Amino acid sequence: MIDLVGYGAFFLTTALIFSLVTLGLNLQWGLTGLFNVGLAGFVAIGAYTSALLTTPDDPTRLGGLGLPILVGWLGAMFVGGVAAALTGIATLRLRSDYLAITTFGVAVVVQLVALNAQKLTGGPFGIGFIPRPFGGLAETPLLFNLSNLAIVSAVTLAAYMALEHLTRSPWGRVLKALREDERAAISLGKSARFYRVQAFAVGGAIMALAGALQAHFIGFIAPDNYLSILTFQVWVMLIVGGSGSNAGAIAGSVLVWAIWAGSGALTSVLFAPEQQARAASLQIVAIGVMLCVILLVRPNGIFGERPRRARFGKRTKATASESGS
Amino acid sequence: MSLQFVVDGLLTGSMIGLGAIGVTLTYSILRFSNFAHGDFMAWGTYATLAVVGAIAAMFGKVAPIAPLSFGWPLIVALVVGAAFTALLALLLDKVLFSRLRKQEQAIIAVMGSFGASMALRSLLEFIFTSRPTYFSRAIQIAMPVGFGIRITPDQIALLLLTAALVLGVHLLATRTQTGRSMQAMSQNPALARIAGIDVASVVRVTWVIGAALACVAGVMIGVLVQIRPLMGFDMLLPMFAAAILGGIGSIPGAVLGGLIIGLAEAGAVQLIGAEWRAAVSFVILMAVLIVRPIGLFGVRER
Repeated sequence: MIDLVGYGAFFLTTALIFSLVTLGLNLQWGLTGLFNVGLAGFVAIGAYTSALLTTPDDPTRLGGLGLPILVGWLGAMFVGGVAAALTGIATLRLRSDYLAITTFGVAVVVQLVALNAQKLTGGPFGIGFIPRPFGGLAETPLLFNLSNLAIVSAVTLAAYMALEHLTRSPWGRVLKALREDERAAISLGKSARFYRVQAFAVGGAIMALAGALQAHFIGFIAPDNYLSILTFQVWVMLIVGGSGSNAGAIAGSVLVWAIWAGSGALTSVLFAPEQQARAASLQIVAIGVMLCVILLVRPNGIFGERPRRARFGKRTKATASESGS
Repeated sequence: MSLQFVVDGLLTGSMIGLGAIGVTLTYSILRFSNFAHGDFMAWGTYATLAVVGAIAAMFGKVAPIAPLSFGWPLIVALVVGAAFTALLALLLDKVLFSRLRKQEQAIIAVMGSFGASMALRSLLEFIFTSRPTYFSRAIQIAMPVGFGIRITPDQIALLLLTAALVLGVHLLATRTQTGRSMQAMSQNPALARIAGIDVASVVRVTWVIGAALACVAGVMIGVLVQIRPLMGFDMLLPMFAAAILGGIGSIPGAVLGGLIIGLAEAGAVQLIGAEWRAAVSFVILMAVLIVRPIGLFGVRER
C-alpha cells in the first residue's frame, strides 16, 4: 500500500513536470500558433543551467557554483527564455515552417553541446549530485516522494494560474488576435513579431523551468534525457489535451504519461529482456500513429472544446488556404 | 590542411543535395516541410538492403563489378528500393498528408509529418534493431589522384551517379510539360488549377521524385558509411539547411546548397573536430535566415 502511494507520487510528479512543459508549449502553439519541434532543447537548457548553478564545485568541469536551488530555477528560466527569444527574433518574421526547422536545429545543437562540451556539461556521462529539495528525507522514500510532489504541484499550479491570467489579459488577447487574424491585429497597431517573440520566450522559460525541476527531482541529468522523443511526447500530450486549453494541457499530459508508463510496464512484463528495446520502439510507433490519427480526426484534440476560427466566413477562408496563398 | 576534405565534402554534399531536392519540392509544391523525408531515406536504404539479401538468396554470391565493392544486385536493388520508397511516400500522402494539407493551417501537415517520422523510424528499429549494418564489409583501397587527395572507385561511381541524377531531374523540371506544371503549381496553385493542370498528378510526381532521390541518397550513405534506422533523421537538418540555403523550390539551389554544406562539414571536421559536424548546418541555416532568408536562388514569396 505504502509502495503504491509512493509510486503514485512518483508518477504524478513526473506527469506534472511534463504538464509544465506542455503548458509552455500551449502558450507557444495553442495560444500563439508558434510551432516548436525542438522543445527538448529548451528543456535541456533549463536542466543544465540549473545543474551548473547549483551543483557543488567539480574540478573536472566548469561551474558547480553551489548556489541555492531557487537561484538555479530562476537562472534556468532566464537562460531558456533568452534562448527562445533569440530563436524567435531570428525566424519569426519568416514563414512558420522556418521556425519549426530552426527549433529542430536548436535541439540538435543543444544535444551536441551536451554530448561534446565535456568541460561544461560532463559529456555523455552527464551531471550528477544535483541537489534535491528535501534531500534529507531521501531515507524515507514515501515522505521524499510526497514532498517532491507537493513542490512540483505548487510550481505547476502557479504556472497554470499565471498562464490563465496571461491568457485573459490584454496581452493574451493580442496573441489570440494575431493567431486568428494577423492582418486585422496588425492594422490595430500591434507588432506581430514583438508579441510572438515574447510569447515564444515565456514558453521557452517555462520549458526550461520544467527541465530544471526534473533535474533536481532525479538528481542526475544526461544528454539522453533530451532526445527528440521528448519533444514528440509533449506534442502528443498537448494535442490529446486540446491545444489552446491550459487545463487540457495538464490533463493530456497526465493521461498520455499514464498510457506511456502503463504500456512501458506492459511491454516489460510481456517481452523477454532481450526483446525489450524492440518492444519499446513499437510503443513509439503506436504513439506516433495515435498523433496522426488525432490530427486527422480531431485536430483540436480530444478535449479541445472549441474549433479554431469558429466564425462565419470560415469556408471561404478554408478554400483560400487550401489553394495556397 | 589536406585537400582530402574536398572529396569528403563533395560526397556528403551529394547525399545532402539529393535529399534536399525532395525537401525543396515538397515545400514549394505541397507547401509544407516534411520532417518524414529523412525517414524515407532510411526506409529506402533498408528496402534496398532487403532486396540485395533476397537476390543473394536466389542467385548465390555475385562477384562485384571489377573495381567497385558492389555488383549488379545492388543496382537492381536500388531501382526496386527507389520504387518502394516512392510507393511508401504515395501511400503516406494518401492516408495522411493529403488530408492534413486540406486543413486550414499548413503547419498541421508539418506536425503530422513529425509524428509519421517518429513512427516510421521506430518501426525500422523494431524490424531491423538499431544495430548498424552494411552493404559490404569489403575494404576498398583509395587511389591517390594528386594534391594529397585519395578517392575510392565507389566514391567516383556515386559522384557520377549523383551528377547524372541531378542533371536528369533538372531537365525534367525545366524541359518537360510535367516539370512546367510543377513550376506552375509552386508559383501559383490557384492559377495552375484554372489553367487546367492536373494537380493530383503533379503531387504524385513530386512525391515520386523526392522519395526516389531520398532512397538513392540513403543507399549512398549505406555504401560509404553505414546503415542505421537513424541515418535519415540525422540528415534532416542538413537537408533543410541545404534547401533553404539554395532557395526553396530551386533544384539546382538544393544541390548547390547540399554541396556547400557538405564541404563546410568536411572542412569543420578537419579544423574543429568530427563531433561538431552536425552544428555546421545549424550555423549555416541561421546565417541564411538572418542575412538572406530567400536563399541563393529563391524567389520572394507572394
